[in-house]
Amino acid sequence: MKRAARIAGPVLIVVWTLVPLLWLLSLSLKGGDHIDDGRFWPAAPTLHNYRTVFRTDLFTSALRNSIGISLIATVLSVILATLAAYAIARLDFPGKKLMLSVALAIAMFPTISLVGPLFDIWRSVGLYDTWPGLVIPYLSFTLPLSIWTLSAFFREIPWEMEQAAQVDGATPWQAFRKVIVPLAAPGVFTAAILTFFFAWNDFVFGISLTSTGRARTVPAALAFFTGASQFEQPTAAIAAAAVVVTIPVVAIVLVFQRRIVAGLTSGAVKG
Amino acid sequence: MAAITLEHVEKRYGDGYPAVNDVSLDIADGEFMILVGPSGCGKSTLLRMIVGLEDATDGEIRIAGRVVNDLPPRDRNLAMVFQNYALYPHLTVFENIAFPLRLRKLTGDEVRRRVEEAAAVLELTEHLDRKPGQLSGGQRQRVAMGRAIVREADAFLFDEPLSNLDAQLRGQMRTEIARLQQRLGVTTVYVTHDQVEAMTLGDRVAVLRKGVLQQVDTPRALYERPANLFVAGFIGSPAMNLIPATVDGRRIRLPFVDFELSEAVGDGGPAIAGLRPEHLEDAAVVDAGARERGVTFEVTVEVLEWLGAEQYAYIPYTAPPELVEPLDRLAEELDRESARTMLVASIDPASRLRRGEAARLWFDPANLYLFDARSGERLAPPNLEGHVPEHQDPPGR
Repeated sequence: MKRAARIAGPVLIVVWTLVPLLWLLSLSLKGGDHIDDGRFWPAAPTLHNYRTVFRTDLFTSALRNSIGISLIATVLSVILATLAAYAIARLDFPGKKLMLSVALAIAMFPTISLVGPLFDIWRSVGLYDTWPGLVIPYLSFTLPLSIWTLSAFFREIPWEMEQAAQVDGATPWQAFRKVIVPLAAPGVFTAAILTFFFAWNDFVFGISLTSTGRARTVPAALAFFTGASQFEQPTAAIAAAAVVVTIPVVAIVLVFQRRIVAGLTSGAVKG
Repeated sequence: MAAITLEHVEKRYGDGYPAVNDVSLDIADGEFMILVGPSGCGKSTLLRMIVGLEDATDGEIRIAGRVVNDLPPRDRNLAMVFQNYALYPHLTVFENIAFPLRLRKLTGDEVRRRVEEAAAVLELTEHLDRKPGQLSGGQRQRVAMGRAIVREADAFLFDEPLSNLDAQLRGQMRTEIARLQQRLGVTTVYVTHDQVEAMTLGDRVAVLRKGVLQQVDTPRALYERPANLFVAGFIGSPAMNLIPATVDGRRIRLPFVDFELSEAVGDGGPAIAGLRPEHLEDAAVVDAGARERGVTFEVTVEVLEWLGAEQYAYIPYTAPPELVEPLDRLAEELDRESARTMLVASIDPASRLRRGEAARLWFDPANLYLFDARSGERLAPPNLEGHVPEHQDPPGR
């Protein structure tokens, strides 16, 4: 009885989380007329929808934008957060507590409340519908969380690590780069994943701060999707596009997860 | 290799608390110097100032004649072994040892040659490809030492390197460090709170108390001629018995016996007498001639510990509280249980003393130390000759 529950529980959770994804996948493989055939699995699987989305400019440019903007935001955020978090973990300066709590408060801010003002400002300073116009808000929302995550990791690293490196002949910068950052790698990856997901999945900024294919990201572009013809419901195409944008996320999680676990288990300073 | 000279070195923290106070110390080239003291005495701070991890507030630190006060650690060419080893967990043993060499941009062949040489000395060759996390405590300790010796540094600095090891391994590593230092002949500064390490490893030992240097001397001299009460109480195991005493000219009054010395040592007043447990003996096993020369007194043994090679007798006595109070303070400072008024005697294992029975103990007043009760300075050197044992009171208890 107990054992059955132990197996049934996880199975239930897996099914619960996987069904929408499978449904998406199945939809994306259905031909135009089979969308509402009332069956879970497609009767005649076809890659037609994928061909359609990749032939649409709207989608390909959006995919380019999404990848570019998310990567830039991630790289910048991780670099800035690593430096800031290191300073917070290692230096004593006035207002440290205040800074951390303000950072957290910013992370808690509802994004929607900023969209209106940002829209106006961006239009007047010429950032509207540009990559930096999206990268900047992504940075400001992901930095606090990254800083928190990373400073927690840095605090775990004993001071002796840098001191040993310095005695061994390293400059403070070398000690940071060769010893501290590799040791905080799990934290760096966690911060990177969080930032990338935030940018990749964002819809509110993506749809409000862009107007053309110049900077529109995939989640926003999906809302503008039309079918192969205007008489066709774009459901299947949207499903195909959704699958395409989900794949990198899943792939990244799988790749980084291994890194994170590897990083966590190689620790151990003393016996 | 280099001599290290400290001149009036001082370390004050923001609140003005002096962690290290006016310490001057000359460490000769190739010497093995121990810094020892109870926790919080400033010994680690002193070491960290030498290596450059802490700035000296005042004074001058010279390595091989060069003033290094303002040099960052990397320019001092010293190697340090940390208490928790501070190995880089993400690097293999090989890369850990090679780390300082890589920073100096040596060629790959040179790095390999030097690391393998160091690994051979430390018997780490078969572990070179493993990560520190897979090593035992003793092996990690050796990796940390490998990282130090591969540098060909001017001096080695050790910060309580053995305190994370279990007792057996500690003994083994202690021998290994001594062997290594003798072999390499590198100037070494070694911080410890363990007096066995201090006594066995050091050419000289510097005893620190609250940031102030108490005495610097060979282990033997510290044991035989402690400069003050603190050093006397710190050096020696089991610790010296510190007994409230009254000095009146030649006459010494201990709680359990009165006797006279051959010459006057004080003008009457409270003092503290120091008597090492190993200098107390069961009068029954002392030969008659020696017994005549020494002082004997009668006590009741409360606890006896027979360990085969040695035997300890514990004898409580009573003393006026105002005399005991400074001793309690000292015990606290030495991280010891309050001394209580308990005499410890290390007697001959052959002795047939019985617990709870009256016993006659003997000591040679030549081995008695006397300290000023207020300043703690030593009043009388031991080895006073020709004392007159007379008037033996019954035990004070």
